Amino acid sequence: MRREGSALQGLGVVVLKELSDHLTSARMRVLEWLVVLTAIAALYGAIQQVRDTTAEDLFLYLRLFTTAREPLPSFVSFLAFLVPLMAIGLGFDAVNGEYNRRTMSRILSQPIYRDALLFGKFIAGVVTLSISLLAMWLLVIGLGLLLLGIPPNAEEMLRAFIFLLVTIAYVGVWLALAMLFSIVFKSAATAALFSLGLWLFLTAIWPALATFIAGAVTAGADQATQITVAQALARLSPGTLYGEVIAAVLNPATRSLGPIFLSQMQGAIPGSPLPVVESLMIAWPQIVGLVAGAIVLFVIGYVVFQRQEVRA
Amino acid sequence: MTAASPVIDVHDLTKRYGGVTVVKGITFSVQPGEIFGLLGPNGAGKTTTILMLLGLTDISDGEARVVGFDPVREPLSVKRLVGYLPDTVGFYDHLSAAENLRYTARLIGLPPAEREARIAAALERVGLGEVGTKRVSAFSRGMRQRLGLAEILMKKVRLAILDEPTSGLDPQATVELLEMIKTLKREGVAVMLSSHLLDRVQVICDRVALFHSGNIALMGTVPELGRQILGGGFNVDIEAEGGQLQERLALIPGVSGIEQTGPGRFRLRADRDVRPEAAAAVVHAGAKLYTLSVEAPSLEAIYTRYFETAGGGGERNAA
Repeated sequence: MRREGSALQGLGVVVLKELSDHLTSARMRVLEWLVVLTAIAALYGAIQQVRDTTAEDLFLYLRLFTTAREPLPSFVSFLAFLVPLMAIGLGFDAVNGEYNRRTMSRILSQPIYRDALLFGKFIAGVVTLSISLLAMWLLVIGLGLLLLGIPPNAEEMLRAFIFLLVTIAYVGVWLALAMLFSIVFKSAATAALFSLGLWLFLTAIWPALATFIAGAVTAGADQATQITVAQALARLSPGTLYGEVIAAVLNPATRSLGPIFLSQMQGAIPGSPLPVVESLMIAWPQIVGLVAGAIVLFVIGYVVFQRQEVRA
Repeated sequence: MTAASPVIDVHDLTKRYGGVTVVKGITFSVQPGEIFGLLGPNGAGKTTTILMLLGLTDISDGEARVVGFDPVREPLSVKRLVGYLPDTVGFYDHLSAAENLRYTARLIGLPPAEREARIAAALERVGLGEVGTKRVSAFSRGMRQRLGLAEILMKKVRLAILDEPTSGLDPQATVELLEMIKTLKREGVAVMLSSHLLDRVQVICDRVALFHSGNIALMGTVPELGRQILGGGFNVDIEAEGGQLQERLALIPGVSGIEQTGPGRFRLRADRDVRPEAAAAVVHAGAKLYTLSVEAPSLEAIYTRYFETAGGGGERNAA
């Protein structure tokens, strides 16, 4: 059965409204400051370290993102940790908030489809987070220019830009997850708790658990199988995928993200950089995985939302 | 679509949730400019019916045409011409009244040139003109309800569907709101409202449909229903002295029963207002007439009587 008109009618209106809500909300302000301050702290540590240890490096700029100095983690570790928090912060009450404010049936009685409302909220969330990520990214590059005193080369900029795009995909995964919970649970507090709980589980517990489970199921097998299984399990966590992509994109010397046999390394010059395209090829499955994860989570939420009764 | 065709035309409308039938094949129509009341206890299927008409929930069976469109296949056309005020309407608290309306106006797709004028006019009409720039978080329930009505006015609809518009309002706010609903009717807008507050609704409804566990148990004008359910409908109380009153009064055409409620006090049950005939009868009998009063059929009485006979107050499902 065909419905009349476009499913996305009114999408732009919803996006603009949600965007202005996000950008003026106190929640966003807190998240922005949190991220900017931690980014500066991490960057400062990285610059100290880079000055101390790296005399000559082809990819000095990329070190800004990945170098850590005790006790602070590196900029990318900070991001991997904070990006889910920001996304959950924007998404956990996206849909149930409309029900709780009792605005849902009023908005849906206007000439738009539910599709426009859900898409609009997702797009507005991604745009909001992309704006802050872009600002942070420019901040790091700008501060790098000031503090290091040398400009980045074209390849560094390209890799840094890919890193930004991948981070936006990573945001999409967590935003879609938070919105899915905001659709499934009527209470915003429950949705927030579930999102944060899953985030903690996937980030802190799952990597260790994956090794343990792999050890249990592949008992007796050779070490290579065990490692491969453990890695496959660990990759169910978007955090692991993101970390692997970053390792490949920001460190041109990365040749493989899985276990590698010595025989495969024959003829390779250790530490020599790969071209950008080759680095991308290494991380391509992980990048596709992140994007697919975001789409799958969004589609599940979409289906649940379409079938939901408007009456809460 | 001509002016005479109904704004709502519903045949055998049915809604099932899982195995439970919530609305059981109802048929009714609403004419332009009519105020139509959906009455009944909570959980009788009123809100479900409304949501089906707006295309906000699927129709399990039967047909519906709203302002000439099919709400399942053409929900956008329906929603463009129909205004909906939900039960306990909500607004974005951090936005002002005008900003809330502006968002709706954009969703409707009003041209920017027209938008501001319509918003201002609508706010003015519901008496919120002065607080239009205030945040909705400071609004009372009555003000929110009026803002909801302003949204419908701004939209310039053919049909306004109001779900429990007066529930939770104080008497003063209720009267004001009902007054505004009547102005809608004067502009030729059809109004369908649901309520369980009968005495208030009686005043403004042209026709009512009484819901009872998913069925329309009764439908018609209030006096019609009075005749149907209360038998007579009108109770005429007489206080008089002398003469053979009881026999004479019983002879008045239209009187279906007579009852002596006290010395010199009688109560006539009639299908219309028989006060003039009763007065003449008393005078002819040579008696002195002290009191003559009539009690029109009230929806409350009809409702209570109907559900007494239908057995209990109906099922109390979750609303």
